[in-house]
Amino acid sequence: MENNSRSYYGRPILKPHIWKDYIAAYFFIGGLAGASATLAIAARARKNDALARSCTLTAAGGAALSAALLIADLGNPERFLNMMRVVKVTSPMNVGTWILSAFGITSGLAAAAQVIGAKRSARIPATLAGTLGIPLATYTAVLIADTAVPAWHEARRELPFVFVAGAAMSAAAWNSLFVSHRHGTMARRLLLAAGTCELVAHRRMVHRLGTLLGEPYQVGRAGTCAKVARALTTVAVISTGALGERFRSTAKIGALAALAGALCERFSVFYAGTQSALDPRYVVEHQRR
Amino acid sequence: MTLETRMGFFTDTTLCIGCKACEVACKEWNQLPADGYELSGQSYDNTGALSGTTWRHVAFVEQFDGEAHDLIAPISFEDGGRWLMSSDVCKHCTHAACLDVCPTGALFRTEFGTVVVQDDICNGCGYCVPACPFGVIDRRPDTGRAAKCTLCYDRLKDGQKPACAKACPTESIQFGNLSELRERAQKRLEKVGTIDARAQLYGADTNDGVGGFGAFFLLTDDPEVYGLPPSPRVTTRDLPGMWKSAALAGAALAAAIVLCTVGAPNGE
Ligand code: SF4
Repeated sequence: MENNSRSYYGRPILKPHIWKDYIAAYFFIGGLAGASATLAIAARARKNDALARSCTLTAAGGAALSAALLIADLGNPERFLNMMRVVKVTSPMNVGTWILSAFGITSGLAAAAQVIGAKRSARIPATLAGTLGIPLATYTAVLIADTAVPAWHEARRELPFVFVAGAAMSAAAWNSLFVSHRHGTMARRLLLAAGTCELVAHRRMVHRLGTLLGEPYQVGRAGTCAKVARALTTVAVISTGALGERFRSTAKIGALAALAGALCERFSVFYAGTQSALDPRYVVEHQRR
Repeated sequence: MTLETRMGFFTDTTLCIGCKACEVACKEWNQLPADGYELSGQSYDNTGALSGTTWRHVAFVEQFDGEAHDLIAPISFEDGGRWLMSSDVCKHCTHAACLDVCPTGALFRTEFGTVVVQDDICNGCGYCVPACPFGVIDRRPDTGRAAKCTLCYDRLKDGQKPACAKACPTESIQFGNLSELRERAQKRLEKVGTIDARAQLYGADTNDGVGGFGAFFLLTDDPEVYGLPPSPRVTTRDLPGMWKSAALAGAALAAAIVLCTVGAPNGE
């Protein structure tokens, strides 16, 4: 693209985010855990106990791993707890901390009940965790959209859909690996739907951003991650959707591809934000329009 | 808070001579560490940008492109070339994104209408950094916490003016209550505008994307030339719409899960 905007020695106007890759990994794990908890409700309602069990345990494990990733980025656990000295609705990060904490407690209780075989007592915490799983899978999109980073803020309408689709796809893929082929049908259907949605949502997002702000998603590390994500997700959708019901091995391959694809998608979004903040052209040309 | 009770800066860049007294006074008063001795090769600007340890930054713009520039700049040349200098600082936005998104409440609005980080509460999460539409606030490498201009909160409480304004030898940095500063700036613009058609106030409009700046500027070229965003916006304004999108996406997730499980064999 031609550079016809003026700048101060080409120096960035914005400061790029200073989060380590742990945060992109958290976007992935948090989404996977959240959607797993929601899927657990449906599986339990359909009396698919094997799938419900896997989802319940995944949700709790994912919540613990999420907290660990956030603490790894912050440096120490006290700093995580410090966010809970207030309730602040203008801060998606504060809201998210409350969501994750409530999710952690409820999914933990559900998993504990599951492990000791108290199926009945698992019901209430599992339902709560499954309900909280939805905001857990979406709030991270709001978190990054609520910044001055042009490639994130201007994608604010589509980002939640991209994140939710990735969360559902990865949850479906992961849990399908731990149940028998027959018990995994629900998960594979979800993988198919979510994978297709993710491909569509990402395309729409980049398209609506246009030539200027769509660019950070298509070049550099973000572009590479996006291409890999697209290829893997396409493989996942085809091998699970078209052949997965007949062949167990293709279903497994599809699930693995879906997991890797969803992870790459998060990294693509993460890096696109950095790239768009570092080049003053994106800020100036967008604001001058 | 009204403009009468809010304190702030009017930085008149047409008076700046690039002496960096403000940078030094700020570092001294606030006990900020040095940032190294590298030469940037970008005119006399070896500071580069505002950061967690640099709360005033003097920009140097050299315009020797053969075009005849108007001669309001403090250093201008017969051939029309000119040197623009401008001391940048936190804008102390009326609607401050950094303050909105801070998850711990470490950032707060003072009784002077300024935006200040409380060091002992900040947990170093870094959310304010990409939230600021000006790239002002940053995490300090030595403390791991967010830091930026406090408009010398400690000095203000003692009835003193901020260190940079006190040190500025040309009154390029003017401190006072915002309504008075706005008036003064308007008058100055009228005068300078007759000589330089590109003269403009930056951040004086209370209807702009951040509700007006608590520290605003008189520039003689477009903001981006000084490394400033032409039309900054506090993104929390769009928060309701973002949560709505998120809610729709969440509803879609719930619907997809229901649709995929209904009718699927349950494995029994
Ligand atoms: S300029 Fe940036 S750091 Fe200063 S108040 Fe505004 S948003 Fe906060």
